[in-house]
Amino acid sequence: MTSPDPMAEIKASFFIECEELLEAMQDGLQRLDDGDDDPETINVVFRAVHSIKGGAGAFGLEPMVRFAHRFETVLDGVRAGAQPVTPDLTKLFFRAGDHLSDIVRACRDDVDFPPSQSDAILSDLDSYISRDAADTAEDEIEFQPMALSLDLDLPSLDTPPEPPRWRITFTPEADMYESGNEVFPILSALADLGQADIRCDTSKVPGLTELAPESAYLSWSIDLNTTVEEAEIRSVFEFVEGLCDITVARADTAPQTSLPDLPPLVSDPPGAPPEREAVAPTEVSKPAAKPASQPAQANAAKTVVRVDLDRIERLVNLVGELVINQAMLAQSLESEGLSPHSDAMNGLEEFQRLTRDIQDSVMMIRAQPVKPLFQRMSRIVREASAAVDKDVHLITDGETTEVDKTVIERLADPLTHMIRNAVDHGLESTEDRVKAGKSPEGSVKLSAAHRSGRVVIEVSDDGSGINRPKVHQIAIDKGLVAEDAVLSDTEIDNLLFLPGFSTASCVSDLSGRGVGMDVVKTAIQSLGGRITITSAAGEGTTFSISLPLTLAVLDGMVVDVAQETLVVPLNVVSETLTIRDDTVDEVEPGTRVVRVRGGFVPLFDLGSALGYRAEPSNLAGSVALLIVQEDGSRAALIVDEIQDQRQVVIKGLDDAFCSAPGIAAATILGDGQIALIIDPSDIIAHTPKHSGSHAAPLRMEA
Amino acid sequence: MTETAEASKPVELLTFKLSDQEYSLDIMSVREIRGWTQATPLPHTPSYMKGVINLRGTVLPVMDLGQRLGLPVTEHTDRNVIIVVKHGETLAGLLVDAVSDIIALTDEDMQPPPDVSSGAHPGVIKSLTLIDERMIRVLDLSHLVTSLQSDAA
Amino acid sequence: MTLEVLAVDDSRTMRNMIKLALEPEGFTVHTADDGVHGTEVLDGIAPDVIITDINMPRMDGLAFIDVVRGQAPHRTTPILVLTTESGNDLKQRARKAGATGWIVKPFDPAKLIKALRMVAG
Repeated sequence: MTSPDPMAEIKASFFIECEELLEAMQDGLQRLDDGDDDPETINVVFRAVHSIKGGAGAFGLEPMVRFAHRFETVLDGVRAGAQPVTPDLTKLFFRAGDHLSDIVRACRDDVDFPPSQSDAILSDLDSYISRDAADTAEDEIEFQPMALSLDLDLPSLDTPPEPPRWRITFTPEADMYESGNEVFPILSALADLGQADIRCDTSKVPGLTELAPESAYLSWSIDLNTTVEEAEIRSVFEFVEGLCDITVARADTAPQTSLPDLPPLVSDPPGAPPEREAVAPTEVSKPAAKPASQPAQANAAKTVVRVDLDRIERLVNLVGELVINQAMLAQSLESEGLSPHSDAMNGLEEFQRLTRDIQDSVMMIRAQPVKPLFQRMSRIVREASAAVDKDVHLITDGETTEVDKTVIERLADPLTHMIRNAVDHGLESTEDRVKAGKSPEGSVKLSAAHRSGRVVIEVSDDGSGINRPKVHQIAIDKGLVAEDAVLSDTEIDNLLFLPGFSTASCVSDLSGRGVGMDVVKTAIQSLGGRITITSAAGEGTTFSISLPLTLAVLDGMVVDVAQETLVVPLNVVSETLTIRDDTVDEVEPGTRVVRVRGGFVPLFDLGSALGYRAEPSNLAGSVALLIVQEDGSRAALIVDEIQDQRQVVIKGLDDAFCSAPGIAAATILGDGQIALIIDPSDIIAHTPKHSGSHAAPLRMEA
Repeated sequence: MTETAEASKPVELLTFKLSDQEYSLDIMSVREIRGWTQATPLPHTPSYMKGVINLRGTVLPVMDLGQRLGLPVTEHTDRNVIIVVKHGETLAGLLVDAVSDIIALTDEDMQPPPDVSSGAHPGVIKSLTLIDERMIRVLDLSHLVTSLQSDAA
Repeated sequence: MTLEVLAVDDSRTMRNMIKLALEPEGFTVHTADDGVHGTEVLDGIAPDVIITDINMPRMDGLAFIDVVRGQAPHRTTPILVLTTESGNDLKQRARKAGATGWIVKPFDPAKLIKALRMVAG
């Protein structure tokens, strides 16, 4: 393996840092938009953009530098109090922030980013830059973004035979020492330029009695043979300029040029304009005085270790193996018939506890707050609302809710879809809202919360709600439901998730929704999640996604069906019943129900639903798992026997080979055998139903 | 050595038997060979999908290659082996009757199959070769793996 | 001669760049995220040079210099200000706050080392 290029590594970490900075920027902009006038808020935004610019300059990423610089200039105007924050300005800031994100990502992915794409936003930004500042901005951009190389400028070895000779005098003032500058480093820097002959003039040193310790008495004269330019000689004195008396002059026959006060060299452009940036008044922040700005500050101090995701994946897998091995060990110890009070069994118990703790901790590593995801959505809202010319306000809640990183990544697409739908179809036009007596500004709410071991993410709008008659009619027109079918509101709402419900032709005139909601549903299901709709006419629609906390483990019920071992996710099982003959009724051939506390619950035989066996005629003695689906409807799954309840490690199934309806994933049991993890709702949905009282009159494909 | 001989690098193939016919696969795609163990069946999949087995913590889908190619169904014996192959990101097990040999061939040794577009599984057999007067079919793994998806759907 | 340097910058990228530029040259580089963190780090070390950014959360660079200059062990420690801004005002302010010199970002390693040598030999 070749050793990694340190610059490339720093650059990679720079882009990671950029994401954090962009997040901080978004955060600050959001607070600004919410009317937060804490000066630290605009400071945070400014610093983020500023740091991006600084790093970009170091890597020679010119498009980033240019744009960030102009953006920063406007932010600086706000920071200095010269520019009031108006709604238009925050809108522009959001746009500029989004644009900066695009540039950052283009640079990161090494994609060409035509500067012309920035023109519109730049000219909008420029309208906020005062004439003076604009000049400054233009000038300052002159600082050349330079690509860093690690090659040091080593002095050239071949010096011409007779380098010019310079005479330099150097008389420090007392202030120079106060600033932390010392004579010795300056002299040695001069000596580094060539051949130096240095003499110290001690004639001003008074007698001991008159010596003032804080005063400066010494001066130096240096004869320097060097090939470097005068400017470079003077640059040695850059930091002490004004704190000492310096003369630099040719001491040989060459014409003497004594240029007055050359600007310092290290990086200043010649004739640099007056300092533009108003540095914030020196202020040590007062902890607890401004709670709004505390979280960001707390983040700064937090120690974070960056770990390659592959390593975490490996750890997760190893912990998975550990859990399986622990189960195997438990099984063999139990089969030995050891006393539950034996040392081995006690040790096993401790081992199980530790395993679970380790597992939880490892899962925590992968957990991330949904905040960056939500921030992306706020951009989607801005773009979508601009596209359809609606005034939309996004409200977010529960941004700190943590979810497995993989889940977060795979949520981005479905959420984007849902947010666009909410803006495009969920919310009415501004005129219609006003007519309905609503605020002209529509709102979309995005929230996340942990609820009983799952994460619930909701997207809701305050639009007109689903136009059920219309949705019903479309479904009939498309042949998705029988013409004479009588559907409940929930059933109509769920039509939106049917494949083939929405096509481009019905999108534009549909006041409800349905743009590819089947795709959204599939994506959510592939994450082990469920999606449900609730809608109230005139008040709005809410899509609710319920997800497992992690994709890696599952609390499951291990059951036997037709000699196969299966795992049912525990969270959908509300209770278990033993079937008695007198509790089962046959509604009509093939449709059986079980009586549960006076209600009829449709029965599904798991073995026959999965094709393991023909449906048994006599169910007496079987066990039924009462399943509560996300929409509240109930069903009973028939199994032969319940083995156990335990946590199982989820092993994904290869989509290409193993995709089977009703099967969510697999796990490895204690005996090393693979057991399939079923998806009860999918099984219920895919089991052919006979038209009858309990079957939804939808023609769903098996 | 002539330049043309250099141009065609020898390919190593793993040969195996299916119903007394000889087949082969590029050895580069073979990860390991292991004995047959009972698979956990997958519901609602084509009959040639034997199910999934536990390959050291990985869930490995296994298909009966003979059945997949339309050969007569045979009972599994202890001699049956699973060839674990990797194609792209997909890891899969192919159940075969027995593994025979590893042979090295160059492109010149291989002939395209006769027009098989009318056959039951067009494209699965990439080329043919003769070794000791026995015909060996060289399988195209990509075709085997990708066309499965449409079959399974 | 190996020098001990404290680099205070809220940008991880900048801190890394400074380390990358200086460590191969034999410098020992300590880092801090901001002024507050910087003063904490200074409790345990006596660097030959301090490099500090200006714009930082919690405690900015100028406040940091002020604090450092008020502490006896670091009263005369050379302090370089690292900034993307140039211009005389800044220099005046930096100098007033007690900075020894300044480096304009983006810097290249040679210039950084040169500046360090100019204040610390």
